[in-house]
Order: sequence, then structure tokens, then C-alpha cells
Amino acid sequence: MAWLVTLPFFAYVIAFLFLPAGSVLVGAFQNNANHVTSSNVRLLFHHPYVDAYWGSLRISLVTAALGCVLGLFVAYAAIREGTPRWIRSVLTTFSGVAANFGGIPLAFAWIATLGPLGVVTTWFRNSGHDITYQWPNFQISSERGIELAYLYFQLPLMILVIAPALDGLRKEWREAAANLGAKQWQFWRYVGIPVLLPSFLGAFILLFGNAFAAYATAYSLDNGINIVPILIGDYYTGNVLNNPHIAQALAFGMFVVLAVMMVLYIPLQRRSQRWAK
Amino acid sequence: MNRLRMAPSAYVWLLLAGLYFLLPLYSTLDFSLKENKAGTPCCTLHNYGWVVHNGDFWHTIKVSFLLALETIVISLVLFVPTMYWVHLRVPKLRPVIAFLALVPFVVPPIVMVVGLLKTFKWTPQWYYGQPWGFLATAYVILAFPYMFFSLDAGFRAIDVHTLTEASQSLGARWTTTLVRVIIPNIRTAALAASFLTLAIVMGEFTIANLAAFHTFPIFLQYVNESQGFPAGALTLLSFLITWTAMASLLLVGRKRGARGAVIAGAR
Amino acid sequence: MAYLVLENLHRDFGTVKALNGINISLGEGEFLSLLGPSGCGKTTALRLVAGFDRPNQGRILVEGRDMTSVAPNKRDMGMVFQAYSLFPNMTARQNVEFGLRIRGKERAARSTRVGELLELVGLGHAGDRFPHQLSGGMQQRVALARALAIEPRVLLLDEPLSALDAKVRVQLREEIRRIQLELGITTLYVTHDQEEALAISDHVAVMYGGVIEQMGTPSEMYTAPKTPFVAEFIGTMNRLEGKVVDGAAGEVDHAGTRLRIAAARGRANGERVLILIRPEDLELTAAGNGSTVNGNTLMAEVVTQTFLGPVTRLKMTGGLIADMSTARASALPVGASVVASVPTEGVQLLTLAADESIPDVGEGT
Repeated sequence: MAWLVTLPFFAYVIAFLFLPAGSVLVGAFQNNANHVTSSNVRLLFHHPYVDAYWGSLRISLVTAALGCVLGLFVAYAAIREGTPRWIRSVLTTFSGVAANFGGIPLAFAWIATLGPLGVVTTWFRNSGHDITYQWPNFQISSERGIELAYLYFQLPLMILVIAPALDGLRKEWREAAANLGAKQWQFWRYVGIPVLLPSFLGAFILLFGNAFAAYATAYSLDNGINIVPILIGDYYTGNVLNNPHIAQALAFGMFVVLAVMMVLYIPLQRRSQRWAK
Repeated sequence: MNRLRMAPSAYVWLLLAGLYFLLPLYSTLDFSLKENKAGTPCCTLHNYGWVVHNGDFWHTIKVSFLLALETIVISLVLFVPTMYWVHLRVPKLRPVIAFLALVPFVVPPIVMVVGLLKTFKWTPQWYYGQPWGFLATAYVILAFPYMFFSLDAGFRAIDVHTLTEASQSLGARWTTTLVRVIIPNIRTAALAASFLTLAIVMGEFTIANLAAFHTFPIFLQYVNESQGFPAGALTLLSFLITWTAMASLLLVGRKRGARGAVIAGAR
Repeated sequence: MAYLVLENLHRDFGTVKALNGINISLGEGEFLSLLGPSGCGKTTALRLVAGFDRPNQGRILVEGRDMTSVAPNKRDMGMVFQAYSLFPNMTARQNVEFGLRIRGKERAARSTRVGELLELVGLGHAGDRFPHQLSGGMQQRVALARALAIEPRVLLLDEPLSALDAKVRVQLREEIRRIQLELGITTLYVTHDQEEALAISDHVAVMYGGVIEQMGTPSEMYTAPKTPFVAEFIGTMNRLEGKVVDGAAGEVDHAGTRLRIAAARGRANGERVLILIRPEDLELTAAGNGSTVNGNTLMAEVVTQTFLGPVTRLKMTGGLIADMSTARASALPVGASVVASVPTEGVQLLTLAADESIPDVGEGT
């Protein structure tokens, strides 16, 4: 009966996590007359809901991919031999903070940088080239803008997650490979990249989920960008939707996407641990 | 050791990263020191004065801070004894809880708030309408994964069995053992988790917005929408708060060499 | 003709001189061990030969060719690291095959060679296992096979057995030597275990503080150490401080007792010396047995007995250590008074400088 002590914990988690999650699931398949129906969920495959999902998926994939690749190079630059140790400390510390600097403050910071009156925008304008009207016709509240902003917390997340994996690349492997005649790129091709791959893919999934679920930054950048969290939020902030079940269906859809991601993530985690020995 | 020279490509990447990260911070600072749109030259502290004299600022900061404290307290009271018990008596439950800690990844705030608002619509106003009720209980769930990873590491680093048995053989009751023996030894992990929770709560926007509460991030957004340049000062202050919380976390963590990637907060 | 030559190698790290003028010359097929405590520079020297580091001064020559500035992946040397060097994402077979793959050998040829090598190291059956599925000893065998696969000109081993259990260590070192002899490959072996070095090498070079204290065959190193450090580092040694009192007759005074020692002949009177006697050369008999044959004796009392299997080591007052068969040692229990008889021949003397005292290299092996 020892597990009884843990009852308050499980009760809490059930009450405040599973119950709400369950009610989303249930509500997604009901209509206003409380009948069971899949009509709301089927609506998700039509405009504008399906566009919102595509928007979310695009942004998530782009920021996850960019975050992963760029984050890997930055982390590697800081960790590799030859770089002073303090650079790695600074980068890790800053990443810890930057990964939390999301949402509202981040949105403002980017508006202040590349918004219509932003520091960089003004600098270009004063040099004779207005980037909002001319190439690249950049708006901070566009999809590109949001991606740029999201990268600000995706990159640090990648750095924090991939650093231990990079540490796990033992110096002995590099030297053994060289000793056996391999050039730098051959080491990466045959040993480095294969060993890093599980961690890299795991990080990609983490970043994808992170971007997919993000709400505050996009909300604050505010230009009617069509992504799922914003659409859900619209219902509650009284904007467009007035059918609670659509909101629940949308949430349910998000849950499904993220659940698929989680199913892919767990075996990858296990694989990357195995080679960390 | 042998001091190699830094690879040139490393220089490039780190420089680019530095530029990317620092530019928005600089721009925020720049905005915060301008008085209005008409391209006023630098620099004035007018915006900072505005913030400091703004009643709403102090009110919402207080609300968010107290909310954070409440979340931390509830979390610790709920999770510490549970983790202790699991490590001591029911280790088989640990993977279960570890799995549960991954659920918030699949049920992020935006999804959770939809469920919460629906499930607890019938609860009394003192819960549903108050941040101390509705928001706090939600925030405990938000903090749960980070609490788990931190406390779990803390408990694994000490020998729970030996400490407990030693304490009991000296005549202590359970509560005494927990409070006087166990908790001081996981203090670092608990503190780290607490600072992280602080950062999370002080920055959480999604749930607060959709459930219509007036917390600090909500105030921040309001200022973003309605004012302009004062928002810069406010943003920097908000960043400072996050930074302080994280710095405290790192300081605390360094003492016992605790590490761990920590990513949370509004996004 | 010297196959591998290390010529006047120097390596500094800031103000620390890790290597201070190393000269080594190996013939083809020869097995040389670099032996010494941590920090003596042996691994530094090996890494210079492998190409993972550049010397500040000096050259490395293989078959007469200067290799000093050649990149490590072009030196055609096989290296076995201390641990963790197998590529975790590849099976044993794929690991061994790696060097051949890089060199563009065809699949069939690679396969045959890999098969041969795995058989050579006794792992023909485990080729498809991953490193994390292999024991430490097996991993090092794979590492050896991998290094040999490319038919290197020189084989380098960096303390390959240090991370393994004692029994595995003994087993594996014999195999390494057997394989080395069979293939006739020039080998440079780094270790801090003197027993290991003595057991399998053609020559041993004892290093300390970045220099070679002495180089010679294992037997030479054991019976005729040339410096106090070498004397203590190799095997266990009785080290007694003494002073030459009669250089003509060959007599040395130690703690008031006059001992006749052949090696003292020709030395100057008053010279301070270190008397080196191997534990197995010290004959013990119980006091009061009338055993003083040549008068070359020291009196002592047994302090401890350490059972080492067939041999028991007795430690006595005055810093004396003697090894004798366990059967005979039972007659000399702790506390017994004994007479230690010092042989006249076969005892080394080393000159101690005026201010020098017995170096302490830690508990002997």
C-alpha cells in the first residue's frame, strides 16, 4: 500500500491535466446540442482551419530545421578544440536565459528591430533603401518575421540540447579516425554525423513541438497570422469563432500532431543514450 | 594544455550568433530611451519614469510574483514528498511519473487552457475567477516537468535509503526525517526548480490571456498595443527579471554542480 | 638500420618541459616500451610519433624519411588508445574495416582481411557486435585488429591495458606480444606498469621528467639499474645508504656495519653510495643459528609478513625487504630476530651526490 502516499500527486495530475485534456478530446467530437459528431473535427480539413494547420506546420518545420542546423554549428563552434572555454560558458548561460525570453517581450524586441520604425529598418531607410516597400518587402508580422522571431528561442534551445551530445563525441574517435587515414569530412560522414543523428533528430522534434505550441509571440506580433494557437485564442478573446467545439477540435488536432511527435521522440532518445556510453 | 588557435569558421558562427542575439536587445534599449515617435535623439529616462510611476505596473508585478510564490509552494508541497516516497519505497512508479512529465509536451498551454476553461466552468467564483485559484493550479502543471527533472536529479544524487534509515535509527519520525534530513539535502535541486518556476510564471501569457486574468505579461502586452516606446522600458525590465531568476538558478546550481537544460516560459 | 628514430625531441607546454631531448632508435620488428610514472612524457612522445602533436624541436624519422610535419592521417601508423576509441555506431567488423574502406579497398578484399584479423585476435565469432556489447578486453582486441588492418609501418599503443582487469591484462599482453612477433611489426608501447613492460618488450626505456633515465633490455634494466629512480621504479629494491670505507678491498659502511661489496672496489674512500639489493638476493636465517658464513650480515627483526602466493615478502627493521619461499618464511614469524646475509657479488652501488638522498617513487610494485 506504499503507493498511497503518492495519491495526492496523481489525483492532482488527473484533475488538472488529464481531465482537461480529456474534455478537449470529448468536446471536439460534440456539437452544441451535445450529440456525438465528427463534424467539427472534419471541418478542420477545410478553410480556414486547414490553412491554420499548414501555417503552423510550415513555421514549425522551418524554425525547427533552421534552429537545428544553425544551433548545431554555433554550439560546435563554441565547444570545439581551440575555442576558449569562456565562450562556451557565456553561450550556455545566455541560451538558458534567451530560451525563456519568449512571448510578449520578444515580440516587442523584434518590432523594435525590424518593425516599421525599427532600428534596422530605419538604418536601411536612412541609407536610401526601405526594406518594407522594396526588397525584401519584409514585415516583422509576416510569416518570415515570425520565423525570425521564433528562432530567438529555438536556437538557444538547440544549443542547450545538442551541447551534451557534442561533448559525447570523444576525442579518441577523431584521433583514431585520423590515425586510420580518414580526412576531416570522412570522420564526420562515417562517425560524427551517425553518432549525432539520434540526438539531432530528437532535438528537431523538441524544437518542432516548441514552435507548434507557441502562442504569445505570434499574438503580440499581431497581423492576423493564421496559425492554430491564434485561431484557438480568437475564440476566447471573442474575435471570430463562437463555436466552442471548433476551438476544442482545433486543440484536439494540435494534440494529435504533438502526440505523433512524441511517439517518434521516445525511441530516438533511447538510441542516443545508448551511444553515450 | 596545448593551446590551439580558434578555427576561423568558429569565429564566423559565434560572431553571427552574437549579432543575432544582441541586436534585438540593443533595439529594445534604443526604443526605451526615446520619448516619442518623431525620431527624438537619444536619450531620456522618461519611459523608465513612466513605468516606475505606473500603478498598474506595480499591481500586476505583485500579482505575478505572488502567483509565482504560490505555484512554487504548492509544487514543492506536492512533489517533494511524492518524489521522496517514490525514490524510497516505490521506485517502480518513477518511470510512470517520468512519462507523465512528458505529457505537457503533448498538452501545451494553448491546449490545456481550452480544457481547463471547459472543465472548471462550474466551479465557484473564488476559484474560477481568481488568479490564486485557477491560474495557480494550472501553473503547477506547467511547472511539473521542470520540477520533476530537477528534483529527480537531486534525489538521485543522494542516498535516500541510507539517510532515511540513519535518521530513523536515531529515533526521528517521518516528518522530521523529511524536513530535517531529506529537504536540506535536495535544497539545491529544489531551489533550481523554484527559480525556473518563477521565470515561467512571470512570463506566462497564453493561459492568463485566454482566461482573462491581469498578470504582468498581460500588462506588458497591453502597453505594447497601446503605448509604444514605454513598452521598450517595460520589455527590458521584464528581461531583467527573467535574467535575474536564471542567474540565481545558475548560481545555486553551480554550488553543487547541478546542471540541466532548462527551457520554459511563454513563447 | 634504424627503422623508427626519435631525434632530440622537445615539447614544451608553456613553461612545462614535457619532453626534454628524447633520443630513441628502433630496429625493424623491435618492441620498445616507454615506461614511467604519470607526467613523465611517455604519452607526449607517443602522440608526437602519431602526429597528434608537433614537437618544438627535433625530428621523427621512419625508414629514413622525415615524418615530423606529416599529417596524422598520412603517417601509416596504427594506434591503439587506452579506451573508448571504437566507433560506437559500427560493429566490430565495421570498425576493423574502417581503415581499409578509407583507402578504397574493394569489398571482397576488405572482408577477407577483416576476417583474418578478427581470427588473429580471437574474435572471429563476435564480429557483428557493437562496442557497447563487448567487454573491455574484447574492445581492445578489436582496437588492435583495427590498427593492424591497414598494415601499418609502426604500431603505437597508449597504455592499452590500463583500463582492464588484472587477469585480462596479463592475458592480453601476452597476445599482443605474440601477434607482434608473428607479424614482425615495429612497435612502440607506452605503459606505467613495469611488470608489463619487462614481460613483453625487447627493450625498455624508463622515462622521468621528460627525459630517458635509462634504456636497455628488460634484464639489464632489472639487474643493473643506472640511476636511483630506475632502481626503485623497476621491481622492488632494498636501498641502503652507505659510505665507502675501503676502496681497495671493496668495503662499505652501512649504519655501523662493514659490508664487503665487490662493486665498491675502485671507488674513492668516503664516497656516499646507495646499496641496491634485490629482495630475493637477501638470505635470511633465524638469529642464533650460527649462520654467519662470510660475516656480511645485518641484524634485524621481522615487522610484517605479506603472503604473495608461492613467495612471501618479509619487511624488517632498518628498511630491509626480503622475498623467500612461503614454506621457509613460516619459520620466521613477525617479531623474530633474523640475520640477513648480504651477497658480495651482484650488489649494485650507485653514487649519491653530496646533497642527494634516497628518491621516493612511492610504494614499490
